Parts: sequence; structure tokens; C-alpha cells
Amino acid sequence: MRSKVVLRAAICVLVFAFLFFCLQRLLMPKYTREAEEGRLTAEYYGSDKNHDVLFVGDCEVYENISPVTLWREYGISSYVRGSPQQLIWHSYYMLEDALRYETPKIVVFNVLSMKYGEPQNEAYNRLALDGMRFSSTKLKAIKASMKSEESLISYLFPILRFHSRWNELNSDDLKYMFRSTPQLSVGGYLMRVDTRPLNTDPPVGHQLMDYSFADICWEYLEKMRSLCEENGIQLVLMKAPTVAPYWYPEWESQIREYAEKHSLKYYNFLDHVETIGIDYTTDTYDEGQHLNVWGAEKLSAFFGKELAAIGAPDRRAEKDFAESWAKLCERYDAVKKYQLEILEQTGTITGFPVPE
Amino acid sequence: MGFVSVWFILFCAVAVLLYYTLPKKWQWPLLLVASCAFYASYDLRYFGFIAVTTVSVYFAACRISLLRARQNSYFQEHPELEKDAKKAYKAKTKKKTWAWLIACLLLNFGILFALKYINFFIGNINAIISIFSESKIPTFDKLLLPLGISYYTFKTAGYIIDVYFGRYEAEKNIFKLALFTSFFPTLLNGPIDRFPLTAPSLFASHSWDEKRTRFALQRIMWGYFKKVVIADRLVVAVIAIVSDPEKYTGVMVAVGALLYAAELYCDFTGGIDITIGVANLFGVEVSENFLRPFFSKNIAEYWRRWHITLGTWFKDYTFYPLCTAKPVMKLTKFCKNKFGAGVAKRVPIYVASIVLWFGTGAWHGASWNFILWGMGNCLVILVSQELTPLYKRFHAKHPNIDGKWHYKTMCIIRTNAIMCCLRLFDCYKDVPTTFKAFGSIFAKPSFGLLTGKTFLGLGLSAADYIIAFAGILLIFAVSMIQRRGSVREMIAKKGFAFRLAVFALLFAVIIVFGAYGLGYDSNSFIYSKF
Repeated sequence: MRSKVVLRAAICVLVFAFLFFCLQRLLMPKYTREAEEGRLTAEYYGSDKNHDVLFVGDCEVYENISPVTLWREYGISSYVRGSPQQLIWHSYYMLEDALRYETPKIVVFNVLSMKYGEPQNEAYNRLALDGMRFSSTKLKAIKASMKSEESLISYLFPILRFHSRWNELNSDDLKYMFRSTPQLSVGGYLMRVDTRPLNTDPPVGHQLMDYSFADICWEYLEKMRSLCEENGIQLVLMKAPTVAPYWYPEWESQIREYAEKHSLKYYNFLDHVETIGIDYTTDTYDEGQHLNVWGAEKLSAFFGKELAAIGAPDRRAEKDFAESWAKLCERYDAVKKYQLEILEQTGTITGFPVPE
Repeated sequence: MGFVSVWFILFCAVAVLLYYTLPKKWQWPLLLVASCAFYASYDLRYFGFIAVTTVSVYFAACRISLLRARQNSYFQEHPELEKDAKKAYKAKTKKKTWAWLIACLLLNFGILFALKYINFFIGNINAIISIFSESKIPTFDKLLLPLGISYYTFKTAGYIIDVYFGRYEAEKNIFKLALFTSFFPTLLNGPIDRFPLTAPSLFASHSWDEKRTRFALQRIMWGYFKKVVIADRLVVAVIAIVSDPEKYTGVMVAVGALLYAAELYCDFTGGIDITIGVANLFGVEVSENFLRPFFSKNIAEYWRRWHITLGTWFKDYTFYPLCTAKPVMKLTKFCKNKFGAGVAKRVPIYVASIVLWFGTGAWHGASWNFILWGMGNCLVILVSQELTPLYKRFHAKHPNIDGKWHYKTMCIIRTNAIMCCLRLFDCYKDVPTTFKAFGSIFAKPSFGLLTGKTFLGLGLSAADYIIAFAGILLIFAVSMIQRRGSVREMIAKKGFAFRLAVFALLFAVIIVFGAYGLGYDSNSFIYSKF
């Protein structure tokens, strides 16, 4: 009798747990039709962990740096761990998470997020963190990122956040309930082949009350520097050559000062637009906020030279790397071709379309 | 740590696990520790208040018991005492016990008054003063209102009054009394339990029982269903209507009243279901607070079936004692001489009813809305009593109508319509707004507002309405079945697979269709604010 009760209790627990799991899988956003960038964080785990350079930051890295160009031009094996409006603590924990799998030689951090001293938006937290594998790093990242109205438990069991999606479910939710969504990025890079030129002068930011970066941003930058130092990684700072949001000279001087103080390389590509060859009438798809693939390739080709100069090795002669990157190059070309076809047929690109 | 949180579920799971694995003598102390932890999770400062109540009630009750025991042993030791001497001794003891009782009640109701009603009181004094002068008595800005203070104050007041009347002996163990006062499932929504009903199961040793646990879990799930799927969904529309009384007038006020009836029922009974279910997990029996109140055929019956423990508390500790109180008896006698027996027989009932409903209204909140709500109930009940001869004549003419379904339905609809009107006091911000909104139902019905656009403008989607409506239908169906017996017992007779399927489905419905998470305040129970 007692064993029967135990067996039934066990069956109940299993059924309820399985049901909970299935509902969670069903209701979690798949990011296939909107906010596709939400797939980026999880895609890292499917990549070959053989990267010598790791980029961390917001859209200024995942839309502006093309790892395939770095490979083709300089044989640099790299990956971009970025997500929309990725704050500095997101970037720090993305790096800490990546170090669980590999130790790159160089970490490049895009400094734009230094302007945000507090969590901005729950949706961006979700896009950055829901795809991260469970670990103590993820827990720390959640705690650092949560807004006051959010709860830790809803990150551990995302159905508690996304259960209300029941009236938004579509065929993709069923299709990708138990399998991965198609690969969206190529080495963490999101491609756009279309162009929307910047035909006016670049926008100028309005005056701010205080130009100082928040203490918490400095704290995480310091933590990032220490983490890199402990792991023998060279930390490099960059600012992408995008004209909006406006990068204030006061911010620039603070970053320069920090870089000089700690002997870090810092590249503000806004100062090298002409050298790189970026033309805002042809190399951006949203009037200078993000580069399109043509701009990203120019920037990557330019930055690759610098990275090679500071120690990023050329791996093209190494068989394992070559095989792995050949696949990525093939996919990169396929995505480019696919988007160009769409552009030709419809005259417009929406989101980040990739071939199935 | 509100009821609607994963932490609460984990907290209960750990407490249950420890409860049945630790030696049985540690079971009730564990519940006390768990109750303290639950209370502390809200605000550590609350401890002081509940501790004062527990300690004061404990000492007063022990003192009363001791005085009575002394009196009894004195009488046993002195059997030769004459009747007058005994009477004198009894009077002396009664005076002392009365003093202890009054001191204890004054202290505890004084705390409740100071924390919950002082600003309302000062506000009214200021309103009167403002007629004569511009000076004002300052109100208190940051008064703490400890969690469950109305519940535990009334619970312990009932306990000490019962001890005073010798209905049972005082509890000798202060920690046991502390557990009775603070038993964690009952802190948010009550019920206002009676010591002799709860104590035996609260302090007894329990072995794990499969059926009891299963039934408890089912009850908890049913409570969550009512709370998060229906109440927390409907509250959005209710707030939209009542917070904009200029826009939502006429028929929309009636819609708001109907939605509020469903929301209030699901919120309160959902909370009570969770309370009783959690208590049952530990083998503890707490009082039922509802008996399908929306099936009541008159207001008096409604109040015997809604918030039963509050109603019986007021009846036992205010209504009956007042009816037989010396001043009331004197007043009755006076009225008999002046106005005749017809008026006199009504005096104790009227006086006691007015006090009872004033108290019930004030218990719900420190505002005139609640007091008028209470007096409204009182008026309906007294008018209903006055109309008894009329009803009797009607029933004499139609002797079999009582059993007819259409008559019963008409009575039920009438009762609920009256209650919906009275509940408007509970919804709107003040009395004038309530009357204005109520008046607009008749003066300016605005039937044109009954459009899909209006309903979708209340913050709910069409799917939300469908879910809420389906949920209400399910509750109605379950209530109909409950008239024939326990639904859980009926389900228990079915096979394991069927039972599992039913509750897995309920679980899925709660998880998916529950209105909780970001943007919702699921841990806010309407009755936990009272």
C-alpha cells in the first residue's frame, strides 16, 4: 500500500514537472518573427569554442563587426557576444560565462554602454539573459540586471514571465518547442545588406547635466579588466563608428584617461571614418545608427589589422580552424546572397532574414 | 512572501517536509517558527505588535482562569459558606476578572484603533472643527498596519472573552497561544478562528496522510485558480470602471458591480481556499468561511454564508451580549411602558443590529464608505424583518411557491442585486461618488456604453473576458455539484489517471491563464487590507 502511494506520488510529480517543462518550452518566445536578437545569447553555445578574440557589447558590435571578414582578411578566429542595449554588467557576465568554455587572447569591449548606469528595460534584460545557460554567472547577471519590479524566480522559470503569451502563440512556437531555432548570426554578427543613407549632417547630442559615467559602470569596467588580467587576456576598448547615439567628447576623454591609466588599447573608430572608408550614404542601413554589411566589412578589415598587430594569431593554416571557419564563411555568403535576393525582389529588408 | 509566489510554495514544501520528518513533539513548535518566519518576511517591526497582543492576552486569560480557580477551590475548602457570602465572593472575583478582561480588550482594540482608525477619527474631528475654526489636528503620516492585525485581534479577543465567560480554560503555554495567534496561513485572510475549534488539531501530533495531503493540494490549486485566473484578471476592469466615475456611468456602474462581485468572491474565497489547504497540509483544521453565499435567498442568509467567522464573531460577542445587556434591558422596559410591547420587543434587536453592523463596517475599513455599507446591510435586514408579516401573507396565498425554482431564482437574484448595490460603497473612493454612480444607473443608464469598444477599453482583451467567464461558469458548476456533496470526494472515487488528468489540467490552466507576474499585484488580497 505504502509503495503504491509513493509510486503514485512520484508519477504525479513527474507528470506535473513534465507539463511545466512542456508549457515553458511552448510559451518561451522563440524570437523568430520579432526581436530576433533574442536568439544571439544562446547561439554562442553552439559555436566552436576556438576564439582568439571575443567582442562584448551592444548592437555596436553585433551589427558592426564581421568575424568572417576578420577570418578571411587576417585569419583571426573571433566571436561577438552581444545583445540589444547590452549594459556593461551584461557584457561582464557574458565574458565571465564565455570563460567557462574558452580563454580568448583578446577581449574587445565596446564602450557605448558606459552611458547607462542602471537597468534600462526588462525586455532587453530578457533578450540578453534568457538565452544564457544556467550557472552561478547567470544568477549573478540576473541579480545585477533586474529592475525593482522583476523577480529572480521568473528568470529561472521564464514561464512565470511569459505565460501570458498564450494569446500570441504562432506556428513557430510549436515548431521550435523542442528544437533550436535556425542559426541567426554568423559568429555572433547580424547582417543587413540594405542601405538607408545618412543624407544630413550627423546628429549632435543635446547638453547633459552631468557627463560623468556612473560609479557602477566604472566598477564593472574595472572588474572586466581584472578578470582579463587574471586570465592573461588583453582587454581592448572600442567605440564603433556610428553617429547615433551621440558620443560626447566628455565621455571620450574619460575613456581615454582610463585606457591610458591602465595601458589599454582604445580605438574610437569615429576618429578613423575616412581612413576606414566608411561612407554614411552607402554603408549604413538606418542613417548611421548601425552599419550594413558593406560598412561592417570595411570596419572589420581595418580593425583586423590592428588586432593582428597586437597579437591576434592567424589561424588559416590550422586545419581545425580552417574547417570550422569554412562552414561559417559559406553560411555568411549564403545569408548575404539570400538577403540580396530579398532586397532585389521586395526592395526592402525587415529584421535579419536568413535562409532556412 | 505572499501566497501567490514561488517562495511561498517552497516555504510550505520545506515546512511540510520538516513537519513530518521531525519528531512529533516538535510539530507545533515548528509551526510557530514557520509562522514567525512568514511574519518576518513581511516586516520585522510587525513582531512587536503581535507579541504585545499574545503576551497581554496570555496573562489576562491566565489571570482570569486563576481567579476563577481560586474562587472554586475557596468554595471547596469552605463548604460552610452561606449563599450571601458566596455571592459576595463571586461578585468580587467577577469584578477582578472583568477588570482583566476590559484592560486586555482596551489594550488590544486600542492598538487596533490607534493604527487603523486614528487618522479617520482625527479627519472627522477636523471636519467638525473646520466649521468653527481653521485649526486642524495633525494626522499621522507613517503608521504601521501590521499584517493580519484585524484578524488576530478579533481572534484573541474572542478567546479571552470565552475564557472570561468560563467556556474553556486559559491556555497555559504561551507559545501555544502564540501559535494560535500567528498561525501563518491564517494571517492574510483569516478566518477568525475560535480557540477550541482550532487548538486541538493545531497542537496535536499528526502523521502524514495521503488522502488529506491530496485533498489539501487540490484545495490550494482551486484557490489559486480563483485568485489568479479570475480575480486578478477582473480587477483590471473593475479598477478601470471605478477609477473613472465620470466616464463610466449608468449601466457600466452595474457592470462594474457585477464584475466586482465576481472578483471579490474569487479573491476572498481563493485566499481562504489556499489558507485552509495549507493548514490541512499540516493536519490543522481551520473554520470554513464561505458556504456558496451567492445562492442565498435573502440578505440575512447571505451573511450566514459569507465571511462566516466574522459574522459569528460579531453575533456571539456583540449581538447576543448586547441584546441581554442591562442598559438595553432597561431601555426595552422603558419603551414597553412608553410605546407598548410592539416597539419594546424590537429595541434590543435594533440596538444590537446597529452596533453589529457599525462594527462590521468599521472592521472592513476606516472610512465612511464602509460604515455606510455596514449600515446599509443593517437597514436591509431590519426592513426585511419588518416586512415579515407581508411575506407571511404572500406565502399564505401561494403556499407552494417556496419550492418553485423560479421563485428561488428570483430571490437569489434579488439578494445578489441588493448586495451588488451595497458593495458599490466598497468600490468608489468616497460616499458622494458612490451615490452619484449608483444614481446614474437609474437617472442616466447610457445603454449605448454596452459595446465591445467600451469593454475592450477596460484593459482586458476579448480572450480575457472569455477566460474569466469560463472560469466563473466552472465555479458555478462546481458550486451546483457541491450541493450534493464534496466535489473532491466525488473525484476521489474516480480512477487515478482521471484524477491526475483533472488536476494536471487545472495546474496548466493556472500556470498559463493566471494573471500574475510583471504588471500584476497578485499578492494583494482584498481582505488582507481589512
